[in-house]
Amino acid sequence: MSSIKMRANAVDGVTTLKALISHPMDTGLVKDKKTGENIPAHYIQEVVCEHKGNTLLTANWGPAISKNPYLSFRFTGGAAGDIVKLSWVDNKGEKDSSETTIK
Amino acid sequence: MTSMKRRIFLKGSLATGVIGVAASAGLLTPRASLAAWSKEAFDAKDVNTALSGLFGSSDLAGSDKIKIKAPDIAENGAVVPVSVTTDISGAESIAIIAEKNTNPLTANFVLGPGTEGYVSTRIKMGKTSSVIAVVKAGGKLQHRQGSQGHYRRLWRLSPTRL
Repeated sequence: MSSIKMRANAVDGVTTLKALISHPMDTGLVKDKKTGENIPAHYIQEVVCEHKGNTLLTANWGPAISKNPYLSFRFTGGAAGDIVKLSWVDNKGEKDSSETTIK
Repeated sequence: MTSMKRRIFLKGSLATGVIGVAASAGLLTPRASLAAWSKEAFDAKDVNTALSGLFGSSDLAGSDKIKIKAPDIAENGAVVPVSVTTDISGAESIAIIAEKNTNPLTANFVLGPGTEGYVSTRIKMGKTSSVIAVVKAGGKLQHRQGSQGHYRRLWRLSPTRL
């Protein structure tokens, strides 16, 4: 099960991509109520989105992006049937990627 | 011959073993693989330091070509939807800053050549504060805050979570 859910729709040459990533996005400032210790920081640092070998967007994130991050942006040059790839890397080195076809 | 092969095999497995341990212990920092993630900027405690770390400059020029869409009153500080739209041609990056967060810089989006000046995401806000959008275009920094309701005041309900 991929951690990424995304959808890309092309309307009049402009493609809108919407993505939801499931990730805890812990800031490292929140206390665990049971142990009284801080939950260690665990957050996505970089999200890269590619289309036909071109990088569309590189998102550098800090811990202040909400849990289960949502991301949306628009680009020109995409057509229905093209593949868009999205990948993320977090501060622990965990990573995931996913592809979707533009509709 | 067989003993030599065995030696090479042992050497190989030992080497991978060491790398595996180093990676799990966090010695091989994953940050090394990230192109532009600025630790200095994201760890900064105030807006100017964050901007200097990110762009090497904190000189901002106001712009009415940037629009921030965020709620006047956020119901939950852990999930504040923020969208930034800009008409500035040749916009290279869009940064979103929550002024009074412990680390004000929340995100920096580097836009590719065909990408339009629009990003939408959800951020956490520790306190009521203004949200600042900084757009880099042609080596210059332009930002939006102030009138027209873009100097947003947000309120959070849950005090324990940032």
